[in-house]
Amino acid sequence: MLFFVARKLLYIVPVLIAVSILTFVIASLLPGDLAYVILGDQATPEKVAALRHDMGLDEPIWLRYFGWLWHILQGDFGRSFRTGQTVLDAVSERIPVSFELMMLAELIGLAIGVPLAIACAAKAGSAFDRFVTSSAFGMLSVPTFLSAILLIYLFAVELHWLPATGYVPIAEDPIANLRFMVLPALTLALAEWPGIMRVLRSDMIAALQEDYIALAKAKGLKPSRILFVHALKPSSLTLVTITGINIGRLIGGAVIVETIFALPGIGRLLVGAIYTRDLIILQGVVLLVAAGFVIMNFIVDMLYAVLDPRIRHGHA
Amino acid sequence: MSGVLLSVEDALVELPTPRGNLRAVDHVDLTVDAGRTLGIVGESGCGKTMLSRAILQLLPKKARLSGRVMFDGQDLTRLSPEKLRKLRGRSLAVVFQDPMTSLNPVLTIGTQLIETIQEHLALDLAEARKRSVELLAAVGIPAPEQRLAQYPHQLSGGMRQRVAIAVALSCEPKLLIADEPTTALDVTIQAQILDLLAREQRRRHMAMIIITHDLGVVAGRTDEVAVMYAGRVVERAPTPALFKQMRMPYTEALLAALPKLDAAPHTPLPAISGRPPDPTRPLKGCSFAPRCRYAAGRCNTDKPVLSRAETAEHLYACFHPIETTASGRA
Repeated sequence: MLFFVARKLLYIVPVLIAVSILTFVIASLLPGDLAYVILGDQATPEKVAALRHDMGLDEPIWLRYFGWLWHILQGDFGRSFRTGQTVLDAVSERIPVSFELMMLAELIGLAIGVPLAIACAAKAGSAFDRFVTSSAFGMLSVPTFLSAILLIYLFAVELHWLPATGYVPIAEDPIANLRFMVLPALTLALAEWPGIMRVLRSDMIAALQEDYIALAKAKGLKPSRILFVHALKPSSLTLVTITGINIGRLIGGAVIVETIFALPGIGRLLVGAIYTRDLIILQGVVLLVAAGFVIMNFIVDMLYAVLDPRIRHGHA
Repeated sequence: MSGVLLSVEDALVELPTPRGNLRAVDHVDLTVDAGRTLGIVGESGCGKTMLSRAILQLLPKKARLSGRVMFDGQDLTRLSPEKLRKLRGRSLAVVFQDPMTSLNPVLTIGTQLIETIQEHLALDLAEARKRSVELLAAVGIPAPEQRLAQYPHQLSGGMRQRVAIAVALSCEPKLLIADEPTTALDVTIQAQILDLLAREQRRRHMAMIIITHDLGVVAGRTDEVAVMYAGRVVERAPTPALFKQMRMPYTEALLAALPKLDAAPHTPLPAISGRPPDPTRPLKGCSFAPRCRYAAGRCNTDKPVLSRAETAEHLYACFHPIETTASGRA
């Protein structure tokens, strides 16, 4: 098991290096010289050249990359040239918002998707199954901004149950915080549950055809035990994968949802950095988000091993 | 004789297929007395597995079953799912063909044993654990205590089949159905598993049905043999009587197809030529007629019924039974 963890951890290193190179190169390839952005379009060529030299922009790209990486390894991701805020400060200020949103969205998505998947698999081919499966397909094709607007219209405008936009930190007022978070989380969850439902449903239908399910029936086990223990556990691997990918994706912030609901999360930080050509922030945030994604996948691999002993023992 | 435990009466299993109804089991009658063993023999696709699934009421959802399956005084085909559940695993147990797929890969051996025991017997966890260890020891698994925490993939095929047998024996069933219990195993393991089954059957006084394609498997280990062909029982007799004088040409052909130890090297095996009839298009006459070297006249137009021979226990369905004493185990 220890060997398994160590091997998976070793895989992460080259991935992170590749991610850092890509991030840096893409940021460098963006149109617009950073010096011009800082100095404005009234700048003289001499001033630009001087600033470029000061910032090291006239050096070759690989030298700049190693300089950047060197600082990062020391914990310095740089600071915004606009606000003077460091990347780490900006991210740690916003990560609780995105993290909370992501957790709530996944929880709601799983709470809708998993029970429906189990019910559908148990009654595969029934009218209920067909109804849920086709609604899931329908939900998949509803874009987030549309469901966000519909939810705002229903719960905020018509029913006045929840606020439409805004944010209160959880430390200040947990109840108010939750009231602001429910609609954005629900919006994301509405897009998440169909994927969860469909994947788990088809895995469970396949598992229910297995010999060991026939034997579980022949053993006289209760239908609930057959469904929830004998069929659900071996079916949960793909579910863990897509949940992990969803979480990884949402670590980077849900750009559209954060924008619509005016939540100060990572997504809006990124969009802001792009609008203002704040390359330092952009590079740093993208790298951190990518690292989060990679680590999330590492956690998924670990969960695999917990769920399936064959992976744990290297037999798969 | 301690009375009939299982009697299958006029069982008919049909599966709808795109090419029409497939009649997997065709009007089969069988009985098994308490404490006795029955071997069901036939080639692949003859309906023996479907018959076993029909007895267990584990047929595919689309399959239709008619007839009665009387077990211990109750008709299993009419039992409520809940009553059936209380019976399965308790007094009616099964061992499947492939131990690689019949044990759940993500649950420990212990879990799979203990859940069965606790489902049917009023034992607490410690007692169920103790019983599991005893069962594993009884089926010849070394270090049974440690096995409880292991997963199926950590055991060899033969060991897994022993675990499956332990699961089947866990609640002292009255009837054990072993569906090709050794087909998926190495030849060297096969005899061990069959001997284990026979030993436990005698020790526990349970009835057993062994389903196999191999007449050699049932030869020394069963009280009675039923030979199936194309969904029907074509010959049924006490095992010694059958091997002493088989009447149905199909049984003879099955036996002839077994490799013999004393045959000269490079002797070709007398395989049964042709293949079984399409089960979606039943023949008018005897279903074995197209492949039978004795077939003549009536064989192609009338269906022979299973009827008594000289002795009351020997039944066969044939118009031209083999008259001379078949040289049993040549």
